[in-house]
Amino acid sequence: MIETRRLVKRFGMKTVLRQIDLQIAQGEFVALLGPNGAGKTTLLRILASLARPSLGQVMIAGYSLPWQASAVRRKLGVVSHQPLLYGDLSAEDNLRFFGRLYGLAGLEARVTETLALVGLEHRRHELVRTFSRGMQQRLAIGRAVLHRPEVLLLDEPHTGLDQDACEMLEAVLRQVTRAGQTVLMTSHDLARAAALAGRFDVLVRGKIAASITSQDLPPDGLLAFYRQALENNEREAGKL
Amino acid sequence: MNTTPEPLQATPFLRVMFAVIWKDLSAEWRSRELLSAMLVFALIVIFIFNFALELDPKSRAGITAGVLWVTFTFAGTIGLNRSLAMEKDRGCLDGLLLAPVDRTAIYFGKMIANLIFMLVVAAIVLPVYAVLYNNFHLFHPGLLLVIVLGSVGYAAVGTLLATMTVQTRTRDILLPILLFPLAIPLIVASVKASSGFLGGQSWSDLRDWVNLLVVYDVVFIAAAFMVFDFVVEE
Repeated sequence: MIETRRLVKRFGMKTVLRQIDLQIAQGEFVALLGPNGAGKTTLLRILASLARPSLGQVMIAGYSLPWQASAVRRKLGVVSHQPLLYGDLSAEDNLRFFGRLYGLAGLEARVTETLALVGLEHRRHELVRTFSRGMQQRLAIGRAVLHRPEVLLLDEPHTGLDQDACEMLEAVLRQVTRAGQTVLMTSHDLARAAALAGRFDVLVRGKIAASITSQDLPPDGLLAFYRQALENNEREAGKL
Repeated sequence: MNTTPEPLQATPFLRVMFAVIWKDLSAEWRSRELLSAMLVFALIVIFIFNFALELDPKSRAGITAGVLWVTFTFAGTIGLNRSLAMEKDRGCLDGLLLAPVDRTAIYFGKMIANLIFMLVVAAIVLPVYAVLYNNFHLFHPGLLLVIVLGSVGYAAVGTLLATMTVQTRTRDILLPILLFPLAIPLIVASVKASSGFLGGQSWSDLRDWVNLLVVYDVVFIAAAFMVFDFVVEE
């Protein structure tokens, strides 16, 4: 469903992504882990068609980026650290607007269904700027799944959320991903990633340094695997 | 790699354009931030000119076009900056760019919404100006045409430049620095044509200035149509 081959991204002289080969099958939930500056957000922005790769191939749902970006965008739902919502519009007007951009049929019913899915039906008429961070993030998920995308890209969706809001977010995520969508989520929060994902890729200095499925995790868990991946990468970098 | 499936259609151009206009007008109806800022600024400019110049009625009539266009362009710049800042504040611009749409439809939606705001300000400023400057010849059809053509051009070039500058840290300063030099032909033509219509000149005397306005509008709308996709590309 998501495939990159030798993906490279450069900003001027700085290479942010180095020959990334990534394959995510339909229905997989993959957590992309890594320290700050590893290139996680850049990778997601390329997959979301918001940035162009410098080199390499990107295919999503059979469509190639950047040439078939419009077709890819129809298949994608994106949740970022920012809500991508208009503060001066109500919750339902935000969804209505994005629904029109996607040309959704039966828009009013779908807006109501989505608001119910993210638990915001009772606040549908309220302006988004009056919402707490957690509620905005729930609506952001609603915006991302409104058009029933086949692929969900989540960029640190837990950022800035308190414990309760994180739990609500995870419940919503489990609900929306039950339908078999492919999910790629970046996260710094290993515990939350471990609770949601079926595979974990560790991105360090623009390269995928290690990858493991939840079944193959060692007894001491994801944290040990993550630390080991970072250590191995440091050792290799030191040798070079 | 998989074989390429059937191409998916982008959402129809006009539907997207009207959705963006509806969104901007709805948000403004709720917040009244943009129009109130533009209006207050425009009225303050008119008051300042009124008290600073202290001209006799005959001289006042001679500066009407200049004062009006200074007011429209300054207020318009405030509106353009705010309109695009609204898109950037919560990452909404990314939200728009993620949609499967022809991105020029987003440009035209934003441009028309900005044009509507500029024309609303003009519709309020003109009667106030007429009362303050005791000049009731302002509702000349030729002048109204020039205001519409001048505003179209200003919104066209301004929306394009504001989309570029909104992605920089110094967006508030950068927009007027880039916009005013580019808008000089538009402002000169607008002032000359407005002044001529107010001074009772005939249509044939002013046709060249009006033609220049039309050409400016067409050129910058066409340029925006061609480059907007690259402007918003990272």
